[in-house]
Amino acid sequence: MGLDIRLPIGGLFTVIGLLLVSYGLLAGKAIYQASLGINVNFWWGLVMLGFGLIMIMFSRRADQRSTR
Amino acid sequence: MNLTSIDWAIMFVYFVFVLGIGFLLRQKVKTSTDFFLAGRAIPAWVCGLAFISANLGAQEVIGMAASGAKYGIATSHFYWVGAIPAMVFVGIFMMPFYYGSRARSVPEYLRLRFDEKTRGLNAISFAIMTVFSSGISMYAMARLIQILHVLDGPFQRLGIPQHWIFHFSIAFSALIVLAYIFFGGLTSAIYNEVLQFFLIVAGFLPLVWLGLKNVGGWHGLVQKLPSSYSHSWVGMGSPQTNPLGVEWFGLVMGLGFVLSFGYWCTDFLVVQRAMAADSMSAARRTPLIAAVPKMLFPFLVILPGLIAVGLPTKQISTPSAPMSVSRASSPEHHAYGKGLIPAKINEATGQPQLDQNGKAVLDYDLAIPNMLLHYFPTGILGLGLTALLASFMSGMAGNVTAFNTVWTYDIYQSYIRPNASDAHYLWMGRVATVFGIALSIVAAYAATRFNNIMDMLQLVFAFVNAPLFATFLLGMFWKRATGHGAFFGLISGTAAAAAHHGLTLPTGAAPGIKGAWLGTILHTYPSEMAQNFWTAIWAWTTCFAVTILISLLTRARDEKELVGLVYSMTERPSEEHLAWYRRPAALGLAVIALTLMLNLIFW
Repeated sequence: MGLDIRLPIGGLFTVIGLLLVSYGLLAGKAIYQASLGINVNFWWGLVMLGFGLIMIMFSRRADQRSTR
Repeated sequence: MNLTSIDWAIMFVYFVFVLGIGFLLRQKVKTSTDFFLAGRAIPAWVCGLAFISANLGAQEVIGMAASGAKYGIATSHFYWVGAIPAMVFVGIFMMPFYYGSRARSVPEYLRLRFDEKTRGLNAISFAIMTVFSSGISMYAMARLIQILHVLDGPFQRLGIPQHWIFHFSIAFSALIVLAYIFFGGLTSAIYNEVLQFFLIVAGFLPLVWLGLKNVGGWHGLVQKLPSSYSHSWVGMGSPQTNPLGVEWFGLVMGLGFVLSFGYWCTDFLVVQRAMAADSMSAARRTPLIAAVPKMLFPFLVILPGLIAVGLPTKQISTPSAPMSVSRASSPEHHAYGKGLIPAKINEATGQPQLDQNGKAVLDYDLAIPNMLLHYFPTGILGLGLTALLASFMSGMAGNVTAFNTVWTYDIYQSYIRPNASDAHYLWMGRVATVFGIALSIVAAYAATRFNNIMDMLQLVFAFVNAPLFATFLLGMFWKRATGHGAFFGLISGTAAAAAHHGLTLPTGAAPGIKGAWLGTILHTYPSEMAQNFWTAIWAWTTCFAVTILISLLTRARDEKELVGLVYSMTERPSEEHLAWYRRPAALGLAVIALTLMLNLIFW
């Protein structure tokens, strides 16, 4: 249908991942009492960022294959 | 609830993407097939994820966690006995007829196979049901936003009265869903459902991880709970020895066979996602691909419920979770709760509701929201809330796309304006999207005023749905079944469901909406669930028998007309050219084997 769904998924996860990672680096440690002392913003943000980038990569590779 | 700008930023990003997809797809929608069937051009894995995501509405996420908190791991029967076998069946055996007949909707298949009146009955009841379901989703979402005080802060700052939060939530969700379906049609709905699927997983996975870590893993959790909570099959021999209050036969036949096959194999809401696939083999693989994440969902949605009851009750009065019901924050009420599950509060008195034995009635629906508040700090809390909102919206959008298709093809084109141009039906589809959502809003407000009417409607829908699978089974696998047989089979199946419900009662319930409204009680069931399952079994059996009987009494259809519609008259789709892992039968077997294993592990 023209639009590869992996691109918006990758985009959304990359943006949210970046937001969470930077917030995890900047915000104070006090808020992580709820999450058992784990900086869950940073770590989960990193996971989402990784997933997002992989999705974008897949969609670009499929794109190159179809234009070739 | 204390949300900070990072939480709002995450929600905002999500809505930008949702609307962006609808906007980008706008130019691609040129014909009614593009709008209603996504141009039949969607790859199998996308259809598969949309297939389960359309069903992953609020009922699923909130309801399954609630049920997990109430009954324990036995809730997994809804997946490992219910959904999975039915999904395998629809993919392998039924999809060749849905997709192969080129029917554009499930009711249209009924017209091709049977006759106009059977289609009409199914189309009209389905259209009404979808509108109400989407309204109920909308209502539940607005209530949750109110209960969790998500918008209290911003509304206070802007000086808007708090009672506008409900209206705002309804209007906002309606506008978002309207915008992306209006422009992009089914493609847009499917794409957003896939996006929502990933978001829901991303939002709940860290919740399960933190929760399990907190209680000491699965083994730690098991030790904190009554032993019945960690076994799905032990005690299923008799209704008295398991939390569900059902014996294995009622469970397997009622839930596993009648209800689940009825939903996954005949409900256009899900079947529409497979019909949008780009080929026959992709359509058949759609439910099979969907079955893989579906069988893992119990870990995502049921486990949080178990963790919520397993936690010590005291923790509930931490300042970050003075939960929910506005007046309930006084500490003495928490003593009535269990783990993170608070007692239901009587709105009039502000006191916890007690049952006949003087025990507090627990508000299990708050299991997931309270888990989010308990474990998530600001930041990831925004992600969790976004996931929750996404699940409400995917439920709503699924209903709206199914509604506009059935309305336009099966009601408008058939009875109101046949033979119009394709552009006209595309226009009608967009109009139907608008008034479908408008009707949902009306239904959502009706739910706020008349709670009983909603319960009653859902009961009537259950009666209408229960016999459906008998009709499809006979239609697809018995060429002698006739239109008269199907029509009167459906009517009598619905009547049998109503009669059975009207003559039986679960123990401890008062006659009325729970049953026995016909005046006499012929049988008392050990639980409401047992009564529901047996109502379904009666409806299915009656429909099955009556359809056969009347079919034999009426004239059979010419066999030539049934090619592509009935099993014995249709060539098997060839799959020789496919790699083994792309063959539906091989995939189906793998899925069944894995499901069997899960049942044994959690026996």
